[in-house]
Amino acid sequence: MLDTSASLDLSGDPRRLRRERNVRWLFLSAAVFTILVSIAIVLSLVGEAVAFLQSIAAEIDEGLGALIADGWFPRRDRFDLRTIIWHTLAVSIIAMAVATPLGLGAAVYLSEYAKAGVRRVLKPVLEILAGIPSVVLGYFALRFITPDILRNIWDTTQQSNLMAAGIGVGILIIPLVSSVSEDAMQAVPRDLREASYGLGAKKWHTSMRVVFPAALSGIVAALILGLSRAIGETMVVAIVAGATGGSLLQLNPLNGGQTMTGAMASLAIGSDQVAGGVAAFQSLFFVGLLLFLMTLVLNIGSERLVRRFRQRY
Amino acid sequence: MSIRLESGPVVVGRAVSTGAASPSPASPETAPVIFDIKGLNVYYRDFHAVADTDLDIHRNEITALIGPSGCGKSTVLRCFNRMNDLIDGARVEGRVLYHGIDLYGPAVDAVEVRRRIGMVFQKPNPFPKSVYENIVFGPKVAGWKGNLDDLVEESLRRAALWDEVKDKLDGSALDLSGGQQQRLCIARAIATSPDVVLMDEPCSALDPIATYRIESLMRELKEQYTIVVVTHNMQQAARVSDRTAFFSVDVGEEGQRTGRLVEYDATDQVFTAPSLKETEDYITGRFG
Repeated sequence: MLDTSASLDLSGDPRRLRRERNVRWLFLSAAVFTILVSIAIVLSLVGEAVAFLQSIAAEIDEGLGALIADGWFPRRDRFDLRTIIWHTLAVSIIAMAVATPLGLGAAVYLSEYAKAGVRRVLKPVLEILAGIPSVVLGYFALRFITPDILRNIWDTTQQSNLMAAGIGVGILIIPLVSSVSEDAMQAVPRDLREASYGLGAKKWHTSMRVVFPAALSGIVAALILGLSRAIGETMVVAIVAGATGGSLLQLNPLNGGQTMTGAMASLAIGSDQVAGGVAAFQSLFFVGLLLFLMTLVLNIGSERLVRRFRQRY
Repeated sequence: MSIRLESGPVVVGRAVSTGAASPSPASPETAPVIFDIKGLNVYYRDFHAVADTDLDIHRNEITALIGPSGCGKSTVLRCFNRMNDLIDGARVEGRVLYHGIDLYGPAVDAVEVRRRIGMVFQKPNPFPKSVYENIVFGPKVAGWKGNLDDLVEESLRRAALWDEVKDKLDGSALDLSGGQQQRLCIARAIATSPDVVLMDEPCSALDPIATYRIESLMRELKEQYTIVVVTHNMQQAARVSDRTAFFSVDVGEEGQRTGRLVEYDATDQVFTAPSLKETEDYITGRFG
């Protein structure tokens, strides 16, 4: 009955062990490849950006002073960063002013007010909006928002303007903001809602004083995600912000202006503003690096904010 | 809605069941009836959760609802403050008279109902806010004007929690122990000056010492409030309650489980001389 230990082999099937090792390597290499690509992108940005700074320092009379000049006209060696950064911020602020109330309002409605059947219909519809290509929204802004809305309010609105771009980008990020913040609200335990209703709170109070604060970390994350997307959005601003190669600093959002992504897209569109000089071409990598740093800072900042606001439950 | 506290003649201990044997009236003392429930049926979509239940709840008493899992006792409790409204597909038939007003009548607002009928849940569920904020939440959303500091102290004292938390009113409620959290939930419920406090297995997540404290608290609170408690714990029902309602489950042909009230009487009566074999089997631990 007693088996001798000699016949007991617990070392496992070598083929299975080999297969598990191989699978592990497969997934590891996928992860490593992704990281390497990211590093390569950053390195290429940094390399060209440094080359850009060196070339304007060496070849342009003003040197690095060209970074604070009269407008963004790469072909004429005027690389005013204030112009494109301000225009990007203006578009992003307008976009957030559109997307925050509408996105959060939709999220509160879907999460707290809508009956299950209504949510089943509305949520996918909202997500379809997320699937609209941004180029379509760009033309929507150009052909509808500017002539039919903005010109009716302010008749001096230019054909291409930062306001229409901001509104278009705002519409584009509504689904992102609402979907991420709705998930955060749905994750708030049912217990807390019951506690609130059990105390005689109305839906409004339950949503605003219990669910919203408990979901705040996720909501802040949704807004920051939306803001990063707004800053990086290219197609809408390329079409409607007035990306005619270059622009002067515009404080009035009803005028057209070059944004950071708009400036970069000019190269793809083939504007002769960047077709010539080497510095003009390299400047786009420099702007790309700035964009990358801005979104990086935002993401790190949001991480901190989220941790500070987090309500454990 | 204005509420008149009824004081007229009242039928007491009227245990009504749909079963063959209707237990006889017991318990001579007459406390006014707060809830008068007739022909209560609750459905969750097609599922018939509770069938034909009649029940009276008496003022300043503790009424325990007991019975095996799935017998509908929590469902019945949730009809007392219309918490079932929050569940999609829940439907309540029959009358739930509260001081003579049908809570499911057309002119009744569930928010008003819940301000008078507080609730404590199975798992302590303080808001992830400070102890202070937890207490003042109910009064604030009701638009109550008055001294909040006094209200907080008064509510915490009544819930026998003041001495333990008076130095950490601004600390997070989630830093309290489970038993303290549950007493905070009781303090939060009574801060809105309710008439009735409903408790849905309030001790099931607590250790024996915390349970003991909640039970003594319940006995103190019934001087001012009417308490209805759902419990799985037979000893708890026997220790704290004045009346006990025993629910049972009918299993239908296709396995659907419908709860119904089978015996309702003074707690002494139910535990010492139950009129039904079914009740006796349950309270002596033969099933459940």
